[in-house]
Amino acid sequence: MPPLIELKEATKSFGRGSARSTVLRDVNLTVNEGDFVSIIGYSGTGKSTLISLLAGLLKADGGEVNMEGKPIRGASPERGIVFQNYSLLPWLTVEENIRLAVDQLFPAMSGDERAAHVRKYIEMVKLGHAGHKYPKELSGGMRQRVSVARALAMQPRVLLLDEPLSALDALTRATLQDEISDIWQKNRTTVIWVTNDPDEAILLADRVIPLLPGRNGATLGDEIPVHIERPRDRRQLALLPEFKKLRHDIVHSLSAAKRNAETTGTTTRKLVVPDILPEDLSVKRAFGPRPAVRRRSQLHKEEIKIPVS
Amino acid sequence: MTERAPALELFKLNKTYPTPKGPAVIVKDFSINLKRGEFVTLIGHSGCGKSTVLSMVAGLTSITDGGIILDGRETNEPGPDRGIVFQSPCLLPWMTAFENVMVGVNQVYYTAPKAERQELAEYYLTVVGLGDAMHKYPAELSQGMRQRVGIARAFALQPKMLLLDEPFGMLDSLTKIELQQVLLEVWRRNQLTTLMVTHDVDEAIYLSDRVIMMTNGPEATLGEILEIDFPRPRQREMVINDPLFHAYREHLVSYLTERAHLRNEPRTFNKHNLLTFEGDPRAAEADSHHAAA
Repeated sequence: MPPLIELKEATKSFGRGSARSTVLRDVNLTVNEGDFVSIIGYSGTGKSTLISLLAGLLKADGGEVNMEGKPIRGASPERGIVFQNYSLLPWLTVEENIRLAVDQLFPAMSGDERAAHVRKYIEMVKLGHAGHKYPKELSGGMRQRVSVARALAMQPRVLLLDEPLSALDALTRATLQDEISDIWQKNRTTVIWVTNDPDEAILLADRVIPLLPGRNGATLGDEIPVHIERPRDRRQLALLPEFKKLRHDIVHSLSAAKRNAETTGTTTRKLVVPDILPEDLSVKRAFGPRPAVRRRSQLHKEEIKIPVS
Repeated sequence: MTERAPALELFKLNKTYPTPKGPAVIVKDFSINLKRGEFVTLIGHSGCGKSTVLSMVAGLTSITDGGIILDGRETNEPGPDRGIVFQSPCLLPWMTAFENVMVGVNQVYYTAPKAERQELAEYYLTVVGLGDAMHKYPAELSQGMRQRVGIARAFALQPKMLLLDEPFGMLDSLTKIELQQVLLEVWRRNQLTTLMVTHDVDEAIYLSDRVIMMTNGPEATLGEILEIDFPRPRQREMVINDPLFHAYREHLVSYLTERAHLRNEPRTFNKHNLLTFEGDPRAAEADSHHAAA
């Protein structure tokens, strides 16, 4: 049986002629049913492009992007997406935002069934009390929960998350990581989670794959399996030697690739540090010749003079 | 003035905004002293008033009551004796990185020869890792590189103190790790007294000598103080893998989630009296190793 999601030597470039630049080069990825894969990389290296390829929002220039052996052509409700910026419709309430997706996808259900379906996913992300609120009345963390509920309510085969928690503050992010991890343990949807946070990647995923920047487009590096038992407790996790090693490996493979992509060899340069000192701009400047430069050595002399006089 | 005088003294700072419903007290009776060369971080929930405190020290927000004494002199207006790094570096888009740094340098070192002023700007830009990119325009630089320019610009003025307002808040976690290292590297060469505002607990521990926890607003004030006892220069891996780091982190997180609304007499904590661990956590770690063996 072919894997659920498969990328074979996928390449994507933007622009024309001399301005053409390759963003992704020879990307290979295999994701099976029930996997939780985390893709980690610096911002600007092509993570969102990769997610768009998987979602079918962009078409690869070369190579294959397959779902169950068939090429992905265009977006499909089989692949739910959660964006960093929530993408909720501001004129609809939480319930209506989710209902919109459910109405489209489950025409066979009765109205009551669909309402119950919506309700179930709102409860799952712990927004039972806020179903009638509009996005603008919700905090960033709550909006992202709505976005997750909407994606899950579509009952997709695979859930694609593009830096879903990057816009949230550290405390809210931690809460949502734990909640999403809980939800995943219950229904085990296949997840591809894109992030820039090594701790988050290790906490959540079965496998972490670095997206390595290169001089001619980024590509996926060797995958790093995470053999830490679930449920994972973030407090204990941080103390595990295995966690420390994983974090070290991830950060190092990424920063080494970045250095390679940016520099073409090292040059040593002699630096002169002038000993000039800042002037006090609050003192009014008198007319006349420019005052003498304040220098570190000069200041030193001044200090010696003071006790004498 | 003696060396023992604090580099920065905040004395009963108050900030009140008038509103139709009466005055809104944002910050109330906030007092701390910073030692020379000390790196202090203010941490608290968003909206608690920590940025207001920083902005008052910068002279960008007026003080309702209280005083700010910088290096023995009261200040109440902005000046180049305080270098500021904002969340986004606000570079002038029509100037290169180098020219952006020169704007301040030309003002502050107006007596110095041009060649030396340029050398100074080149020096700081090179230290932050922009040796090859200093003649690029902001639009050609990534966000992380622009923030490096912001750091170089602040340090090049050789200010009496450095103010950092969530300096890495807009960067992704990986770039943040890089820039924290850059900041420590420049800071090591030029140990400026620093006041930073952040809501990133890990960043606060990694960079600071002391972390000041603020109570929730309104009427935000000093909650607790945590002294961070890691030797400098600090290596990221060594710090974050130290069990003490996790003890500090637990303490800060527990403050933010449990005690930030309390208004007790401010207490100082250090590695010996952390709430989350009994005694010295290093000792506890050693014990558990023995037990395991």
